[in-house]
Amino acid sequence: MGAEHQITAGFMPLFDSAVLVAAGELGFAAREGIDLALHRETSWANIRDRIAIGHFDLAHMLGPMPLACNLGLTPLASETIVPFSLGLGGNCVTISNAVWAGMAAHGAVPDLDPARAGAALGAFIRERAAAGREALRFAVVHPHSGHNYELRYWLAACGIDPERQIEIVIVPPPFMADALATGRIDGYCVGEPWNSAAVAAGTGHIVTVKALLWRNSPEKVIGARKAWAEQNPEALAALLRALHHSARWCQDPANRAELAALMAQPGFLGQEAAVQMPILTGHLQLGGGAQRAVEDFFVPFDKAANFPWKSHALWFYTQMVRWGHVAHTPENLAIARDCYRPDLYRSALKPLGVALPGANAKVEGALKVATPVGSAGASLVLGPDGFFNGQIFDPDEIDAYVDSQKTTLGEA
Amino acid sequence: MIRTSLAVLVIDENRIRASIIEAGLREAGHQRVTVIHDVSGIARRIAEIEPDVIVIDLENPNRDMLENMFQLSRAVKRPIAMFVDRSDQASIEAAVDAGVSAYVVDGLRQERVKPILDMAVSRFNAFSRMARELDEARSELESRKVIDRAKGILMKSRGLSEEAAYMLLRKTAMNQNRKISDIAQSLVTAAGLLGPGDE
Repeated sequence: MGAEHQITAGFMPLFDSAVLVAAGELGFAAREGIDLALHRETSWANIRDRIAIGHFDLAHMLGPMPLACNLGLTPLASETIVPFSLGLGGNCVTISNAVWAGMAAHGAVPDLDPARAGAALGAFIRERAAAGREALRFAVVHPHSGHNYELRYWLAACGIDPERQIEIVIVPPPFMADALATGRIDGYCVGEPWNSAAVAAGTGHIVTVKALLWRNSPEKVIGARKAWAEQNPEALAALLRALHHSARWCQDPANRAELAALMAQPGFLGQEAAVQMPILTGHLQLGGGAQRAVEDFFVPFDKAANFPWKSHALWFYTQMVRWGHVAHTPENLAIARDCYRPDLYRSALKPLGVALPGANAKVEGALKVATPVGSAGASLVLGPDGFFNGQIFDPDEIDAYVDSQKTTLGEA
Repeated sequence: MIRTSLAVLVIDENRIRASIIEAGLREAGHQRVTVIHDVSGIARRIAEIEPDVIVIDLENPNRDMLENMFQLSRAVKRPIAMFVDRSDQASIEAAVDAGVSAYVVDGLRQERVKPILDMAVSRFNAFSRMARELDEARSELESRKVIDRAKGILMKSRGLSEEAAYMLLRKTAMNQNRKISDIAQSLVTAAGLLGPGDE
């Protein structure tokens, strides 16, 4: 073939690997001189191991996972950097029919509103506790995941202590709907298509979505072994350009059917194309016949979705501190600050003349509406990026944010 | 110093491979071996068994769940770490290449565990080899069947001897730089399309 660069990448069978998969399958990588070999994996632990021993140069990863590697929270970790984000949003919180009935009795309506759903869930949880029933069990895909942190953020903000009032366990995404149907768990937070799958089976209700908990918030990223990235700067830059073109293609509504068909193939998700459409359209069936169109439900390209904001990494870091995954020290903060690499993204994309954010971090929650920002001549629209409870995360005020979260949890 | 034998838990959804590992461990003198194919309710099983070493196949999607469980001291009585974490690079690569990983109770000396992992790695490799050979044997058998059918078609339609029919297939394959079985398959398919539908 005579490709200039050989890159081996791992991915998990989740829709948000689409930008990476399309880069390899639809020729975006080849056009940049890259022979991109994609390997499907069965667990995040495998991805971590294969990155560490050099089977993979980079991989589709959970946003907080590279931080966890660099902070020494996982076995066999190698230093990992994030030069590219694979999109914003895409997750939902899904609960069993029984929990939905309990919430509905406390005022829940199928409108996905996080505050209303959280209040109803809290009332139902307190009612169960008073009756001496066991705590509800929720599942997430990994302890160091956006799913775990956004579920906990939502619950805590609604006065539910995720450490004491519910139980949180780990279940692989493809098993979520089944675990819910058989009653082994009462709810979960996962990416698509595993929420729509439970709704389609009649065994679950979607109660809220990531895109409403924190508008345009980070989810999966490209994690690259730092040693590889440093030794192969040209290959990495070429790949980032390929991913940029792929992401633009994935965002285009005209390509939805083709993208859904690609991801439906047995080597990728192996789920029929129709199941891939809710994440692409944002039009969700919530269960019981209710439906809702969610703006910016999953954003693979627009709103600077691929920019690896340091403020995203730092928010994940504050949640790791909040839930006791890591101690808040100047050293750990520095590690978290260095993990996401907007400098690499910028230098790779500069030759394309595309719009780039002017800063490496932003105050999360500052943009209440979509806002055009001037940068490098071209136009770019950011946000809205607000948290549902109106809180602001200022990456320059980490100590104060960490302290304020201690208080919030203590009162829960 | 008397050493109590190690309790080993093998988690593998592939029953045949699990029993091969189990047999290997028993041959090596490990009497306390438990095999689990299904991870539902595994926290309780781990609490009962109190394994010193856990061997798991890398195809198992529940590794993330297990690792999280090992980190929560509430779920397991004794802290469990990933074996390869403090092992040498060669062992790590051998294990991942073979498709197996191991977790051990904290504080357990590496030299006591390494033979177990080495054994698991070699048995995993042996199993993959066996599965590959079985696949090859199966496709070999399939090819032979299809070549026989193609020969039959040629013998009937062109009045060739069996040997001449085979030579023709082989020559065509060589000229087209394809496998004989591929040429045979094309011929069988074509004959099926062209031939009388009721045959």
